[in-house]
Amino acid sequence: MKRFSWFNVTALTLGFAFLYLPMIILVIYSFNESKLVTVWAGFSTKWYGELLQNEAFLNAAWVTIKVAVFSSTLATILGTMAAYVLVRAGRFKGRTLFSGMIYAPLVMPEVITGLSLLLLFIGIGLDRGVLTIVLAHTTFAMCFVSVVVSSRLVSFDNSLEEAALDLGCTPLQAFRLVTLPIIAPAVISGWLLAFTLSLDDLVIASFTSGPSATTLPIKIFSAVRLGVSPEINALSTIMIAIVTIGVIAASLISKQASLRQQRDEQAAARG
Amino acid sequence: MAEQPVFAPWNDPSEKPLIQFQNVTKRFGDFTAIDDLTLDIFEKEFFALLGPSGCGKTTMMRMLGGFETVTNGTIKIAGQDMNKVPPNKRPVNMMFQSYALFPHLSIYENIAFGLRRTSMDKGAIDARIAEMLKLTRLEKFARRKPHQISGGQRQRVALARSLAKAPKLLLLDEPLGALDKKLRQDTQFELMDIQEKTGTTFVIVTHDQEEAMTVASRVAVMDEGLIVQVATPDAIYEAPNSTYVADFIGDVNIIEGRASQSGNKTKLSWAEGQPNIIGTTTRTFETGQTCHFAIRPEKVAISVEEPTKAANKLHGKILDIAYLGNISTYHVELPTGHIIKAQTANTRRLARRTMTWEDPVWISFTDTAGVLLDR
Ligand SMILES: Nc1ncnc2c1ncn2[C@@H]1O[C@H](COP(=O)(O)OP(=O)(O)OP(=O)(O)O)[C@@H](O)[C@H]1O
Ligand SMILES: [Mg+2]
Repeated sequence: MKRFSWFNVTALTLGFAFLYLPMIILVIYSFNESKLVTVWAGFSTKWYGELLQNEAFLNAAWVTIKVAVFSSTLATILGTMAAYVLVRAGRFKGRTLFSGMIYAPLVMPEVITGLSLLLLFIGIGLDRGVLTIVLAHTTFAMCFVSVVVSSRLVSFDNSLEEAALDLGCTPLQAFRLVTLPIIAPAVISGWLLAFTLSLDDLVIASFTSGPSATTLPIKIFSAVRLGVSPEINALSTIMIAIVTIGVIAASLISKQASLRQQRDEQAAARG
Repeated sequence: MAEQPVFAPWNDPSEKPLIQFQNVTKRFGDFTAIDDLTLDIFEKEFFALLGPSGCGKTTMMRMLGGFETVTNGTIKIAGQDMNKVPPNKRPVNMMFQSYALFPHLSIYENIAFGLRRTSMDKGAIDARIAEMLKLTRLEKFARRKPHQISGGQRQRVALARSLAKAPKLLLLDEPLGALDKKLRQDTQFELMDIQEKTGTTFVIVTHDQEEAMTVASRVAVMDEGLIVQVATPDAIYEAPNSTYVADFIGDVNIIEGRASQSGNKTKLSWAEGQPNIIGTTTRTFETGQTCHFAIRPEKVAISVEEPTKAANKLHGKILDIAYLGNISTYHVELPTGHIIKAQTANTRRLARRTMTWEDPVWISFTDTAGVLLDR
């Protein structure tokens, strides 16, 4: 069979068009001279310049990044700890209940999570701002991290940790020097997952953000309700660029790591 | 040459054991893996645990290492109760049956791991690792990761890693299983050498009885969580305390019969129309008691002519001959249907052998060649 039969080519084109056409249109219109989004009036980068003048958007972007970094880091620490305990403790009374409770937020409607957090923050008198969004994002990202990490821990050979203890490590050292480096890829992908979840969360953030701190998705959403502006297109293009660069960088890094490993192998084979 | 004092601390009541198992029981749920075990192991011993798969050898090691809690009883090391001491505080290193090498570290770093946890300075650590690499012939592989070497090499890394800290007590769970015969023998001698130099006490699990015989000061034969016999290798071989041990270690003929004792000689009537087997024993058997006569094939002589001066002789015919190069084992069938194995050294060339299949032959043995066992 030919690799590029007409059927294959059509299927591929249709699939990619379906995935990327909306984004391509968005990118193209971000370079539109006209203020009207649907009318093409020549090429221009003026909306990007205007975006840089827009305090509100810049603030929101900054808040979003802060929230994403802090909440994903916190969620990774807590989620890894929870996964570790659940996998290691073996069978104890109430284990099923406990693990079920950790995974429940995965299937909980975001609206409910957001609402309950809002009620909690009001109840304890915490002013809504960056802190509350960070806490909220940590809460719901933590269970995702714990799912990712515990699936790795299940296949982790327990005797490695025992060997570390045997060679004189304290339990904490054994975790830091043996367990953590081995499960690191899972922990990192857990962190990335938490980071992206936090970046594009709209529902929970809108419950827990206050007038002092708004995230980018909220900002975009409220701006769009007043009409799509070319500025929003520019902003979205930047976000697409950042994500693309991130993905390419990540794959390059992992490719290089595997290349290095291969080189090591060959070097070792030569003795 | 000055006579070496015999190393037998287990016979000296004033000697303090290094390891004491006191009525130790280990249960997994309602399965009893170790059953009320009491055992002393002394300093500088090379103690071998032998037994079929699943009899509890690894479990014993893991309890010594601190990875398994004791259900009942006490384990003491150097007189100190170990039940609440965590693994990292025990003067013990263990080589795991699964090797448990750290996959993210090079061979070098694996061996260095334990040393880095001590206050040793860098130069001394490097020297020690070089020594270990040389000992296990891994110099060429120091920079590789565990997944880049062969199974036998991995086993040697595990061995080197556990040896590196020169612990007081070293637990080796089948340390040489994956090595070829030559390397295994070399490593056995190496281990004995290390033991002589450092005075480390070794507890070693092995499936290879020849290995246990070669290296061990004492051997414990286990069966389903129980220790059946603990003795020196020659005592285990020559004077097993039960048919289980006799059968487990080496090749053996076992004949069941009824005992009748006269002095230190015991007669065993074992089949209608056959002469009684006469054996020597220090035990006393009641008349008519069921009793087993166990004799090693190499202690059974085989001849074409009827022997004149043997305490026991039986007539039969050759059923099978197993030629093993240096020795041959003859399977002789007696008229009763019993099959007795007799072994001879092949000092003559094969072509001149006088006995062959179906030949009628005599087998004979002295009255001290076998042992009489009550179970
Ligand atoms: N964690 C555990 N839970 C339940 N049963 C166990 C556990 N560990 C060991 N056992 C059981 O205890 C018994 C003894 O196991 P152990 O590993 O000590 O055997 P072994 O003598 O080392 O065997 P092998 O020669 O095959 O290594 C086995 O029947 C095993 O199934
Ligand atoms: Mg075992």
